[in-house]
Amino acid sequence: MMLPAEPKKKKIRNWLIAVVVILLYIWAFAGIPFAGVKENVGQIVGSIFYGLIHPDWGYVYTGDGEDLISLMIETVAIAFVGTFLSSILSIPFAFWAARSKNSPRWLSGFGKIVLTAIRTFPEIVLAIMFIKTVGPGSFAGVLAVSVHSIGMLAKLYSEAIENMDHGPSESVVSAGGNRWDVLGFATLPQLIPEFLSFTLYRFELAVRSASILGIVGAGGIGTPMIFAINARSWSRVGIILLGIVVTVTIIDFISGRLRKRLV
Amino acid sequence: MTTNTLPKRSGLWKNVLWLVIFLVVLFVSGSISGVDLARFFSNSSQMNVILQKMAHPDWAYAKIIVEPILQTIQMAIIGTTFGALAAFPFSLLAARNIMTNHWISGCFRFVLNIIRTVPDLMLAALFVAIVGIGPVAGVISISVFSFGMITKLFYESIETIDEGPIEAITASGGSKFDIIRYAVVPQVMSHFLSYLLYAFEINVRASTILGYIGAGGIGVFLQRSLSQFRYDQTSIIVLVIFAVVLVIDTISNRLRERLL
Amino acid sequence: MALENETIISFQNVTKQYPNGVLGLKDLNIDIKKGEFVIVVGLSGAGKSTMLRSINRLHEITSGEILIDSKSITKAKGRELRLIRRDIGMIFQSFNLVKRSSVLRNVLTGRVAYHPTIKMLLGLFPQADKELAYQSLQRVNLAEKVYTRADELSGGQQQRVSIARALTQEPKIILADEPVASLDPLTTEKVMNDLKRINQDLGITIVVNLHSVQLAREYGTRIIGLRDGGLVFDGPVSEATDQRLKQIYGSEIIEEQEGAGQ
Repeated sequence: MMLPAEPKKKKIRNWLIAVVVILLYIWAFAGIPFAGVKENVGQIVGSIFYGLIHPDWGYVYTGDGEDLISLMIETVAIAFVGTFLSSILSIPFAFWAARSKNSPRWLSGFGKIVLTAIRTFPEIVLAIMFIKTVGPGSFAGVLAVSVHSIGMLAKLYSEAIENMDHGPSESVVSAGGNRWDVLGFATLPQLIPEFLSFTLYRFELAVRSASILGIVGAGGIGTPMIFAINARSWSRVGIILLGIVVTVTIIDFISGRLRKRLV
Repeated sequence: MTTNTLPKRSGLWKNVLWLVIFLVVLFVSGSISGVDLARFFSNSSQMNVILQKMAHPDWAYAKIIVEPILQTIQMAIIGTTFGALAAFPFSLLAARNIMTNHWISGCFRFVLNIIRTVPDLMLAALFVAIVGIGPVAGVISISVFSFGMITKLFYESIETIDEGPIEAITASGGSKFDIIRYAVVPQVMSHFLSYLLYAFEINVRASTILGYIGAGGIGVFLQRSLSQFRYDQTSIIVLVIFAVVLVIDTISNRLRERLL
Repeated sequence: MALENETIISFQNVTKQYPNGVLGLKDLNIDIKKGEFVIVVGLSGAGKSTMLRSINRLHEITSGEILIDSKSITKAKGRELRLIRRDIGMIFQSFNLVKRSSVLRNVLTGRVAYHPTIKMLLGLFPQADKELAYQSLQRVNLAEKVYTRADELSGGQQQRVSIARALTQEPKIILADEPVASLDPLTTEKVMNDLKRINQDLGITIVVNLHSVQLAREYGTRIIGLRDGGLVFDGPVSEATDQRLKQIYGSEIIEEQEGAGQ
């Protein structure tokens, strides 16, 4: 007996998907003018590489507070305070967005949408708004990071709340405890390690954000970075990149270790 | 040796120490970053002005930003795809169960980690300096960024696959390529596509901002509206971004559910 | 069959020593002839799996040599090694199918060593291969499942698919490492019967690891007993009496069977 032919339905479905995907890509490529690229690309890449290999070591520490180390510390400080504030602000949002027996479906659904909105609101726009309020500088950066981080942090917290084990709460209630007892002895002990882990993760991302916010004037290493790029001082760009890479790597490493010990 | 009273907890002092360190760092950071809550509250009226202007979005402006938003999406599609295409072979090289020489896989992972530490806007600023203002810089930035994200997710996924089929194809006399093609890829293909879609979701968000420094897309209009204090235009742009992100997230989530 | 007495697998002074000094295989000297149905028994950890997997070099040995049809697999490298492996089919306790792929695809992977890499990367199996795969499936009575996804089949069916995959290699030898350990008694019979039929109809040499001495007696022609990596019994089924086995293993082996044969 010969091998029967492959079932038709699957073949048709695969062809349809292929056609849709191809059309999508044709549309996508049509919108990007690839031809209008500058001629001296090669030369610029060359100078950048040169700058990266010969970083401006003098910029690392000058003692006037405008050097790499001071600014990286400032960047990390922005991320630290911002994440801390965000973690506190996120808690009520988290309970709002978490589905639970006590809250109706629409309430938690609405909360989730609010969080998505916060997460989608561009951090840069937030930074500029805060600059208009408290002036340029790192404080605006702190505020921007705190508000924007709520979007992700509260979402992670709310998922932890939803996945919580209800056993311990039950046992506290059955032993005669009230709402606060449940909170203190059952809910928080479970949630706090997870919350801390998420906060540390968000802190890692915040350090990256904080290094960019300076581009619009919200403090940190971003401002000198954009100056250096615009001025084509590639050695300075190189040392700043190095500083960012080293700082982020160290923080990721420490944070990773701490998170492993928490979970 | 048992006692009749509760033995003392030895770890208590350690926790107190951690708390003290934390508070010290917090205060130092606060002062370094110029946190001045008093100033915030006294100037909050400024914020109210801005928020009020934003509360009345310039609906007419929506027509003008349709094309840039579409360009943003196009950038995200192409950038994510290029990044994913590069990520595929790289992940295989970084996965410890495929690249059995751990020195080599360690090397690749190291390079990967370095790429992943550079923030996306910084990459974009660099590429704008290289290829000039416009969406091409944005596409390249997104490619690099996606490459970093997808490679990490993917090689972690590859390392968790069932080794059985690998054994089976080795036993039949298959080469390394045969093993990858017939034992590894069928197991991880759906994960790969899922990560591609996930990266795409993130990239749509990210690419809305890249234009701020000239890398194409809707970001340019964002920058313009802010510098001209036209917060009503800012809010319509943000609303449109929100709508687009919502639609794309929903479609992407559905597809990802069906994949896994 | 004229060449019935030709040796197809030859263990020559085979020893495997682990880095910590423990001996997995101790100086094994075994010759298996074409067309035999050999069953290897022994307690857990006796080295059955190590011995089986050293035949197709999934496990390395530290001294000695193994000859497959007079060619040394111990010394073979690269392409030569793959060609020898191509002639040896293997069935595993956990089936080792690609769950998300179709049955046909899984069976076809038995042919990968027959074609150049480029073709295999593009998935271009010739029609003849597909027909061969289909025939193998017919032989294990699973022809109608040819386009079904592998994880939609039961355990016993998956094992028979992997038998079909081994058959599609057109092998001279089929190795089976505890093929029925995860299966219920009824499916166990089906699978062992399939192996028996393949041995008798196609003349393929079969070497099986089994836990159950009872099964070994039912299906094997020759039984090899291992203990702590060493050969302690090698003879026809008729000689593997309960008494003899108790002598070799102590009563543990019979008790282990009684525990397993519920």
